[in-house]
Amino acid sequence: MKDIKYILFGIAFGIVLTKAEVISWFRIHDMFLFKEAHMYLIIGSAIATAAISVLLIKYFKVKTLDKKEIVIDSKALDKGTVIGGIMFGIGWAMTGACAGPIFAQIGAGEWAAIITLIGAILGAYSYSVTKFKLPH
Amino acid sequence: MGPISNVWPWYVAGPLMGLFVPFLLIVGNKLLGISSSFQHICSIILNTKKFAASGYNALVNRWKFFFVIGITLGGLTAKLFVGVGNTSFLPQQYYSLKGLIFLFIGGFLVGFGTRYANGCTAGHTISGISTFQLSGLIATISFFVGGLIYTHLLFPFFN
Repeated sequence: MKDIKYILFGIAFGIVLTKAEVISWFRIHDMFLFKEAHMYLIIGSAIATAAISVLLIKYFKVKTLDKKEIVIDSKALDKGTVIGGIMFGIGWAMTGACAGPIFAQIGAGEWAAIITLIGAILGAYSYSVTKFKLPH
Repeated sequence: MGPISNVWPWYVAGPLMGLFVPFLLIVGNKLLGISSSFQHICSIILNTKKFAASGYNALVNRWKFFFVIGITLGGLTAKLFVGVGNTSFLPQQYYSLKGLIFLFIGGFLVGFGTRYANGCTAGHTISGISTFQLSGLIATISFFVGGLIYTHLLFPFFN
């Protein structure tokens, strides 16, 4: 069960999400209203930090801890990227939570987010069983 | 209120979040992503014949299931031990029948949409753009189109 260690990564990630209020409906609402820069600066600096790290990994040919070559999966671009993306954006603005923050909201005591999670699980299920009929 | 118990500023939180991309790559060759965890939960509690036929790869994504258990515990840790003050993360109105129906619909869109788009703000916006993938940029623009449509056109109508 070498995957269990990712609980520790999750705890750290969840603390950052919660302490920066990335899981706050109010912060997400103000982001979409362009009322405050907080979320934009967080997203922007997260991307910049990750991009610089990835460039350094490539430049120095950094290996994984068990000495394997680092492989970055490429994600396909198709109609789903746009249609699904817009659906997700609406859901994000409604619930104040993208995928990770749903879990952090529950942990931080917002029990109503359990309903968000049930919706998300059924949404993912519905996509999985209808995906062959959807435009991609 | 000390610096730890206050809201962490963007220049602390943003770079910390970004560092999960190299950390996860170096530790386990994993690209940061979260929304596949919804399908992983389906594979545990809703593993119908139809779902099994969808070709979800539980082995590849299992780590995300543990990651989101951790995120839940992280939210709890922040609340109990680091402190979030009296902050609410959801409007009080959501604690009503109408509000819970809203959260269910919104959650459904998050689950359906992220899987249809093959990623969320973690997998597409942070991981995708930082690894220079066009799909990450297009997805992120689409997320914002959706969010702006709701916030500016639908939200005033519902409230």
